Amino acid sequence: MTQPASPARPVTEKSAPADGDPGPWRSLAARVDVRTLSLLGVLAALVVIGGVTEPEAFLDTDNLQLILTQASVIGVVTVGMTFVIISGGIDLSVGAIVALASVWATTVATQDYGFAGILFTAVVVGLGCGLVNGLLIAYGGMVPFIATLAMLASGRGLALEITDGKTQMVTVDGVLKLGERDSYVLGIPPLVLVFAAVTAVGWLLLNRTTFGRRSVAVGGNAEAARLAGIDVRRQRLYLYLLSGLCCGIAAFLLIILAGSGQNTNGNLYELDAIAAAIIGGTLLSGGRGTITGSVLGVLIFTTITNIFALNNLETAVQQIAKGAIIVAAVLVQRRSATT
Amino acid sequence: MAPEPPLLTMSGITKSFPGVRALDGVDLRVQAGEVHCLLGQNGAGKSTLIKVLAGAHQPDGGTIAWRGDEVTLRSPIAAMRLGIATIYQELDLVEGLSVAENVFLGHEPTTAGFVVRGRDARAAAGALLKRLGHGEIDPARLVGDLSAAQQQIVSMARALSHEVRLIVMDEPSAALDPDEVDNLFRIVGDLTADGVAVVYISHRLEEIRRIGDRVTVLKDGRAVAVGLPAKETPTRAVIALMTGRNVEYVFPDRPKPPARPPAPVLVVQGLAREGEFEPLDLELRPGEIVGLAGLVGSGRSEILETIYGARKPTRGQVRLEGRVLRPGSVRAAVRAGLGLAPEERKAQGLLMLESVTRNVSVSSMSRFSYGGWVDRGKELRAAREATRELSLRPDNPAVPVRTLSGGNQQKAVLARWLLRGCRVLLLDEPTRGVDVGARAELYTVIRRLADEGLAVLLVSSEVPEVLGLADRVLVLREGRVVHTAPAEDLDEHRVLDLVLASGRHGPEPADLASTGSASTGPASTGPGTTGPGTTDPGTTDPETTDPATTEGSPAS
Repeated sequence: MTQPASPARPVTEKSAPADGDPGPWRSLAARVDVRTLSLLGVLAALVVIGGVTEPEAFLDTDNLQLILTQASVIGVVTVGMTFVIISGGIDLSVGAIVALASVWATTVATQDYGFAGILFTAVVVGLGCGLVNGLLIAYGGMVPFIATLAMLASGRGLALEITDGKTQMVTVDGVLKLGERDSYVLGIPPLVLVFAAVTAVGWLLLNRTTFGRRSVAVGGNAEAARLAGIDVRRQRLYLYLLSGLCCGIAAFLLIILAGSGQNTNGNLYELDAIAAAIIGGTLLSGGRGTITGSVLGVLIFTTITNIFALNNLETAVQQIAKGAIIVAAVLVQRRSATT
Repeated sequence: MAPEPPLLTMSGITKSFPGVRALDGVDLRVQAGEVHCLLGQNGAGKSTLIKVLAGAHQPDGGTIAWRGDEVTLRSPIAAMRLGIATIYQELDLVEGLSVAENVFLGHEPTTAGFVVRGRDARAAAGALLKRLGHGEIDPARLVGDLSAAQQQIVSMARALSHEVRLIVMDEPSAALDPDEVDNLFRIVGDLTADGVAVVYISHRLEEIRRIGDRVTVLKDGRAVAVGLPAKETPTRAVIALMTGRNVEYVFPDRPKPPARPPAPVLVVQGLAREGEFEPLDLELRPGEIVGLAGLVGSGRSEILETIYGARKPTRGQVRLEGRVLRPGSVRAAVRAGLGLAPEERKAQGLLMLESVTRNVSVSSMSRFSYGGWVDRGKELRAAREATRELSLRPDNPAVPVRTLSGGNQQKAVLARWLLRGCRVLLLDEPTRGVDVGARAELYTVIRRLADEGLAVLLVSSEVPEVLGLADRVLVLREGRVVHTAPAEDLDEHRVLDLVLASGRHGPEPADLASTGSASTGPASTGPGTTGPGTTDPGTTDPETTDPATTEGSPAS
């Protein structure tokens, strides 16, 4: 009957660029939109400011590696958060999940299983928390804000229970080694490589797969998505699982970075991740967002923190600057959205 | 009437929204102390007119005079200051506030300008409620805890809490049972006795007979009758005014019914949803368009959405090509071959932030994805092919769907199901918000899809659309099918009679000279073919009867 998608009917490929399937170069030009350019501009300006105010300290290779390393942990969390926000949800529990995963993966019992034990535990704890979030939200009908707020509270509580407030030192050499300079690949820390890989996978997932399509559809109009035959609830479950997985990976990175697990890890990660996604152009109401924007948002924040630290400015000033940037970014986006 | 100027005079009011001319030079004159009824089909412009009157919409043209002086209603507050209160159909109460707080929202009795005198407010609200015959509603209760009828009373109390000269009531009886309607009419009587004017909107003609003084009829954004006497004007005349059209709808020809009708593709048996619609039986054959005619609230959309699995039936089943669909599962319905173009295209149908391509491909992603990986080239080609098949404009599926006109947005929804290769299309108000010119094209598209073997179930508030497009029509009233007939055996008056009136059956001689076509339809075509089935098998040449019914009644 009506099967217009049959490949029998030829469609002129020549008309393709004009019709919106541009070649790779035009496609790249189209995708690097005003927002991405302005974010890149802000980042470049920050690098200039850093280079001018503290030329030696800021542009030092060690410092640049440090910035990227610090960005890696929160960056991986932000990739998961971006998906959740695009789907119209929110995950307030990411910081708590990172903390819980990092302490669970560094207990004496877990460390007995070595490198694999730590990695496995971190990832499974992250997925487990994401599963609980997802089930409560998708099938329990809870509002994401509430469900993940509850996870935040209980996750932190459980992390404290496990550690009793103590720092759990990592004794597994394989893990500690990943934080050392010997492990750098062409001068790039392994943590940064993981961040890059997560970013790439996240970008592909969002832009090239049915999973990404469905996430955007659910966030853009859940009712329309449901009536179009998408299993909205299952999609929501998957999204919180994804966020949990990202937290598990981030927890592992944090263990490498700190050489320990602590129940205070990941403090306020939820706010940093949401802020990075928002200045990256993700709509808090869902339906639109980019991985590129979120990652640039993370880099901007991390660079600011670094510059302020190098210039011996107080944390208070940093916080104010972050707030101002969030407001400015959203105002600029509103302006460009209306014109 | 009185020598003094009318309380309200609206003249030549125009108002356009993108793509739609909602009001096209409407006049309305209301005298103090009268019940002035506003009638019109869905989309005639009633809501827009009362929103202009309430200050919620600014008219593009025309003048409004209040007691003889020209005024501009810049905001709802400006209208309220004059003494115009509006009770909307969608109650606009704050559920988390108490009755008294709702009644005085925005003009609370205060001490020193900001301290709310709660006790005074409650006492005053209580007095208002008593006056409305509902002294039993506690002013301190939360509005969210009240029944719909009680909330309506609170809405009315709010209107009366202002110094009110004119009250607009938008279908106030829709949510009320008969006792409460009687109370409502008593309140209306008290108000008019005090010299307050009431603009009353209702679909129920018998109510208008009971309480109305004069009637203004709107149709296609124009006032076709201003201030007719409500008691004396014959029902048929009112119906004729509501339905007579300036716009000629052009419908595609119906194909000749096949000699041997194909087996039904969709079979609905005893499908019902408590409180929404009664058990329904329905068979849909490939190539057939079946229409559901009825008013808002008659259960039309609910039936469609239940068949589609978007609502879970209380009983009954839906079978597609012999297979029973899992009740309440959209995914099962879509997988089996059902497609829905929902009533609220923007809210339920489209992903407004996304491109046409993605809107079209969303239901068939597995077709051009491998292990979750989307082949975007294939996706674009498929979407382009589907949209071209429907002549969607612009011919570029990469554009955002929100930039399309209403008709083309609807085509994007249809293309989605075309691409999916569905067997049965459920269309809920397919031409709502679609320009008159673009409608004919949509009608052609829908008919062509049917000719290609789809079965179509069509819901529309516009009776001519159902009669012109469908092969067979089910007339619904209050959740029940009251009549089934081939579309050719029905005309608009007959359907509206069935839909509006309380059981006035059979063709009566029209009591209006001005509508020549009124009596021709059902009287001249042979009876005996009103059973459910395909179009009249006795009529060997259906084209001969087509023009009379497919073009709708000529304008009076």
